[in-house]
Amino acid sequence: MKFELLPFLKSMLSVSGISGYEAPIRDVITPVWQELSDRTWVSSHGSYHAIRYGAGTEPRPKVMIAAHMDAIGLMVTGIEAGFLRLTQVGGVDSRILPGQMVTVHGTQRDETVELPAMVVMPPAHLLPKDGQKGPLPQKYLLVDTGLHPAEVERLVRVGDVISFATEPRELSGETISGHTLDNRASVAATTIALDYLSRRKHLWDVIAVATSQEEVGGIGAMGSSFDIMPDFAIVIDVTFAKGPGGGDTVLFDMGKTITITWGSCDHPALYAAMKATADEYEIPLARDFAPSGAGTDAYDIQIAQAGIPVVELGIPLRYMHTPVEVVSIKDIKRAGRLMAEFITDLPLDFMNSVRWE
Amino acid sequence: MAKTNDLLKTLEMLVETPGPSGSEHQIRSKIEAEIREHVDEFYTDALGNLIARKGKKAEGGKRVMVSAHVDEIGLMVTHVDDNGFARFISIGGVSPYTCIGGRVLFMNGTQGVIGVERLEANEQPNLAKLFIDTGATSRDDSKVGVGDVCGFERPFMNLGKRLVAKSMDDRAAVAVAIGALKAVQNTPNEIYFVFSVQEEVGLRGAITAAYGVDPEVGIAVDVTRTGDTPKGTKMEVSLGKGPAIKVRDSSFIADPRVINWMVEEAKAQGLPYQMEVLEAGGTDGAAIQRTRAGVPAGCLSIPCRYIHSPSEMVDTDDLQGCVELLTGLLGKPIGF
Amino acid sequence: MAKKYSPKMGKKELDLLTRLSNALAVSGDEQEVREIVYAELQEFKDSMHTDAMGNVLVSREGNEPIRPRVMVAAHMDEIGMMLIKEDGDGLFEFVVIGGVDPRQLVGKPVIVGRKHVPGVIGAKAIHLTTKEEREQELKVKSLRIDVGLGGSKLVEIGDRATFDTKLAVLGPSLRGKALDDRLGVFNLIELLKNAPENIDLLAAFTVQEELGLRGAKTAAYHFTSDIGIAMDSTPANDMPHFDGEENTTHNTKLDGGPAIYLMDGATIGDRRLVKWLTDTADAEKIPWQYRQPGRGGTDAGAIHKTRAGVPSVSVSVPQRYLHSAAGLVRIDDELNTLKLMHAALSRLDRSILNPQEIK
Repeated sequence: MKFELLPFLKSMLSVSGISGYEAPIRDVITPVWQELSDRTWVSSHGSYHAIRYGAGTEPRPKVMIAAHMDAIGLMVTGIEAGFLRLTQVGGVDSRILPGQMVTVHGTQRDETVELPAMVVMPPAHLLPKDGQKGPLPQKYLLVDTGLHPAEVERLVRVGDVISFATEPRELSGETISGHTLDNRASVAATTIALDYLSRRKHLWDVIAVATSQEEVGGIGAMGSSFDIMPDFAIVIDVTFAKGPGGGDTVLFDMGKTITITWGSCDHPALYAAMKATADEYEIPLARDFAPSGAGTDAYDIQIAQAGIPVVELGIPLRYMHTPVEVVSIKDIKRAGRLMAEFITDLPLDFMNSVRWE
Repeated sequence: MAKTNDLLKTLEMLVETPGPSGSEHQIRSKIEAEIREHVDEFYTDALGNLIARKGKKAEGGKRVMVSAHVDEIGLMVTHVDDNGFARFISIGGVSPYTCIGGRVLFMNGTQGVIGVERLEANEQPNLAKLFIDTGATSRDDSKVGVGDVCGFERPFMNLGKRLVAKSMDDRAAVAVAIGALKAVQNTPNEIYFVFSVQEEVGLRGAITAAYGVDPEVGIAVDVTRTGDTPKGTKMEVSLGKGPAIKVRDSSFIADPRVINWMVEEAKAQGLPYQMEVLEAGGTDGAAIQRTRAGVPAGCLSIPCRYIHSPSEMVDTDDLQGCVELLTGLLGKPIGF
Repeated sequence: MAKKYSPKMGKKELDLLTRLSNALAVSGDEQEVREIVYAELQEFKDSMHTDAMGNVLVSREGNEPIRPRVMVAAHMDEIGMMLIKEDGDGLFEFVVIGGVDPRQLVGKPVIVGRKHVPGVIGAKAIHLTTKEEREQELKVKSLRIDVGLGGSKLVEIGDRATFDTKLAVLGPSLRGKALDDRLGVFNLIELLKNAPENIDLLAAFTVQEELGLRGAKTAAYHFTSDIGIAMDSTPANDMPHFDGEENTTHNTKLDGGPAIYLMDGATIGDRRLVKWLTDTADAEKIPWQYRQPGRGGTDAGAIHKTRAGVPSVSVSVPQRYLHSAAGLVRIDDELNTLKLMHAALSRLDRSILNPQEIK
């Protein structure tokens, strides 16, 4: 089976996988990673692990690539007259919620039922004063499944998760839009790296990890890094692309570059080595700044057990944490290729060069 | 004096009949009964306007439309709650301030009073906070339901020279139009008296009536505000200083030929009159003006205090003056 | 006697409604819906024309000797957006057309132009916003339609855009964009195909309703009908009150059946026609509800004031969340609306317009 990027990415963008409830996305990743690795397993927190054994003699060094697969979303807090009240899982700006198409994963019966639904705003006159104008606080928003109230009571219970249902769509200029491109763009890049490596000789063991529960605090990455205890880790996540309303923060041109992070989570020697590889293969790699640590899995991986050196890559993305995130396919390919080249070239004694001056 | 007594009797009958916009059937039949002996023909058009013709166009005459609206502001029930309280929306411009404590009469005869929810300190009441209590104890017990219409209920009050009632806007004008309709004789003009509907919700009756009548000149008769009450609106119209000849309001600019026609007639009769520039409001004149290819139109106004409250006040002499001015205008060839 | 007609939402009907709902026909450019209407109504092609405004007007004559002329209007247009300025990089500034709550725009997929080029309206990442910012409404002026890098080759300023929402069946409900008023368009097509013989059915598929009932004005002038009926969709604000109080201002409720208008901001429904509709519904055992008297308006607002006046009324399918990315209606409410309209037209007799009938 030949790996094809776009169909795989689209199928990942078409399923849910709210933090803590990653089974749907894990099921999409599983057959693809099984094909590209020697062994796969699921961690105690639901992260998905795939190992490719290296060609070096044992005990071989090992590198971990971490890309989180979980998604931000919503959760049912109450049921009233057939409408659902909601809270959020991960960081969602309430202003993007009204009118969003969602899927309610109802678990009131033995089997989970997926109910298409939408987030709605009650009219002002049904709300207290702070709901009269301006953005509606999340507590006033409702979810409508279109079902009669009795049917809702039969299928849904408090605590059920609600995922975004926006379908992935290809836009102009080799870009793609959808929910959860944060961070399935990086899972796709990791898969590209595995695909390259499957056709090459590499000395190191490579363990790709699709981590769980990143959006609620790096929970999956903590356990996986402790368990695997790699010699070093590559963390790949999305970063902020230039776009409307971006403000004056340092932002990156989508489609023109990927990023490497410079900050407290990032080992300077790994940074330098990765940068050198990018230069050698003429892959544009801009510097992203995270002086006090980025809000990524790197934060937790770095401090697992006795500590793990980390290097962080980023794929620029517009409209982060909305259901219409946009990334460039080119950037995904660049990130996959860079990781593959970096790992292919790793000598068995590479860690000797990962030092503090 | 006898003429004035007739006018007051007609007016009293008119103001005590309910007829909010869209529910003009009772008031229309009363007017029909009042005028049928005095006109050449009459009919009710598709929207419910009562249209009565007097005279046949002769040498020097014109087809004239005179419009006085028969509808009044009122309320329509939107919901009756579990405890029998009826929520409502306004028909036309109703102020919540004049509602509180008011009494209403439904078209089906049910009576009620208007109550208000608890208001916070300095909170402005709005109609959504008001309700009608018809004495019902529950929704099932209520004699009114969604869509039922009521007008304000206040008896006619004769204060001597001044008269007070709900719906002086525009029944005072209806009385004036009826007065002129009866008085005008042997006219070269073909006069269509239009007792129009749905004026308070946007001159709707006059729009279609004007199209149907296809007049050569139009006169609306309506009430206008005054500037003669303590710290009131600044406006050069007072009660008792005679008919007001409208120059403009926010709905239209009266045709100068019509204004001039009215002024000359008032001067000729030696009637007191006042020029009116109203910075709000609209009248059927605007609807007549815009019909088909356009019609010269103006408005004869009756000065009126406290418009759109349940106690609108007009002056007897102003009313009588309006009848005489209108009769004079309609009875002779029109020179433009 | 009129032939028996019982509307259903089968595969064929759902397919038509899907095409209507998914079409892009923002006020001022209703061509896509016009094409569907023409294609569906080929059998009437000799009595169908497009007027100066773009309204599609169809006269379908009955065959009884005395037939009231009944104009039935449904508007083809929908709310939407227009691209007005290119920022480069596939980003476009836009303005809204019709009553769009800016809060409904953020984070939505859209389609642009006749080619339905996909785009999105994004928002700044929550990570880059402050708490104060998140409490401010995002103004339309600050939003952009993003069609992807280099997208300027596919779309241009002046193109109209709408939400990219596909019609979906949600149990007993339909969820889709522009159901206001494509349901009316669908119903009017069905009424024409199953028209009763006792009337002349004057069907107006109108334009620019959302910009102030502008298409219906010229359509009604053309038809000079005895009666006017607007078939539209009206809000169902039947959600729970946050504080648990009785919701007294629901406008209409889903599952309540067709909504018959007594009064809105543009029309006071003709009492004789209101009674004709409610009597029909009761006789046919069709559930119905009054739309709570209130603001807003339908094409009836333009029709009833046409020429010397046309007694008019409106009937709407109750719908939640109008003018957003998707509305939600009950299939039963939709079918009952069509059923009521057909039954009422079939029993229509001109005598209901006698002035004596006004109570």
